[in-house]
Amino acid sequence: MELKWSVVIESLPLLAEGALVTLKITVIAVTLGSIIGLFAGLMRIARNPLLKFIARVYVDFIRGTPLLVQIFIIYYGFPQLWAALTGGQPQAISPWAAAIASTSINSGAYVAEIFRAGIQSIDRGQMEAARSLGMTYGQAMRYVILPQAFKRVIPPLGNEFIAMLKDTSLLSVIGFEELARRGALIIGYNARAFEVWFAVAILYLIMTLLISQLVSFTERRLKTGDHH
Amino acid sequence: MITIKNLHKKFGKLHVLKGVTTHIKEREVVVIIGPSGSGKSTLLRCINLLETPTSGEVWVDGFNLTDPKTDINKVRTEVGMVFQRFNLFPHKTALENITLAPIKVRGMKKDEAEAIAYDLLKKVGLSDKANAYPDQLSGGQQQRVAIARALAMKPKVMLFDEPTSALDPEMVGEVLEVMLELAHEGMTMVVVTHEMGFAKEVGHRVLFMDEGVIVEEGKPEEIFQNPQQQRTKDFLSKILHV
Repeated sequence: MELKWSVVIESLPLLAEGALVTLKITVIAVTLGSIIGLFAGLMRIARNPLLKFIARVYVDFIRGTPLLVQIFIIYYGFPQLWAALTGGQPQAISPWAAAIASTSINSGAYVAEIFRAGIQSIDRGQMEAARSLGMTYGQAMRYVILPQAFKRVIPPLGNEFIAMLKDTSLLSVIGFEELARRGALIIGYNARAFEVWFAVAILYLIMTLLISQLVSFTERRLKTGDHH
Repeated sequence: MITIKNLHKKFGKLHVLKGVTTHIKEREVVVIIGPSGSGKSTLLRCINLLETPTSGEVWVDGFNLTDPKTDINKVRTEVGMVFQRFNLFPHKTALENITLAPIKVRGMKKDEAEAIAYDLLKKVGLSDKANAYPDQLSGGQQQRVAIARALAMKPKVMLFDEPTSALDPEMVGEVLEVMLELAHEGMTMVVVTHEMGFAKEVGHRVLFMDEGVIVEEGKPEEIFQNPQQQRTKDFLSKILHV
């Protein structure tokens, strides 16, 4: 049996659709993850031991367990848990809802560590100067520390985006039709495993390369005009 | 203006302040000298609660800082602080550095805050640097902006934590000049410094600290020309004859 590259051309529209879904879920995951991560990161460095503990448990649990298992817990486990708590019948949740929930919660834990490190990398004197002017902790964070920290977290956030883009392929196990799932479906139909998986890989590569270009471009711009 | 009663500060096992008691009057310029590790910076930082005292009392303008009910943010608006490493906000221009706290803390209108900021920049001799970012300024210029930033809150007391120690020698003068002017205007000042010339010229009182206590205090000429304690003599002979 010879390789038949024409199948790649034929399946490209369907794969491109899948790639778009991959991009979409990644943007949603990292955006929501950044919001969760900002708060979890702030809680990690809070004085309040309870807030600190909650954030710690969240970050450790998510980072210490596989995303695949987290997806299973949310997609298959939560409906059962809900049924057990309410005493009703399990209601299935949609792959989209499960995909958004699992990837955002996952991303949030990694982003929390990125923000924590970013905030802690800002010189202590900045907080002291802001507090000595009468600013509250919150004002000092908002006007002095976070604007400086945001610049420093852009490269690691870019890495998180790339990692998440690849990890969304795990969503294929719950039938979420992103790029990898599309590839599997097409192979189920034409049995051209090498050609199609190779095309899938190339599409992932194009996306990750584009994003890392974008990140280093942003990084360079921030470096040349350090304050703007 | 400032009263400190039997102040102790421990960092873990390290006992940095071992019972400091003193009183600083309005319009008084007090200079604190002493070897490194003597607790002078810690004492200064306790006056606006950047360090929390382990025990003892600190009173500023009638407020007991060590009372948990005291609104520390409010007290801090009355106490300006100038740091050794300037600590300007690098993402903001000189003007924005000065206007940030008046706008956000005092709730001042932007125009009003900027008018005050321009006046202060003029006072510290940097009218032309309003739109410069800290990394475009020399150390001496940054420190003068930092002084203007603290003054913008119209504090009743100014604390200086070795304000010239991080500067190249040729920039020390321009910062001391600004401080001199402030002292002549009657600002209450507490200055930790090694600049004995400044201490002699504007200091009303010199505190010599060593190992967490005030060893000796008095008028600058008394301390410098006729120190009573052996530790003071040793310290002065070291810094004056190197």
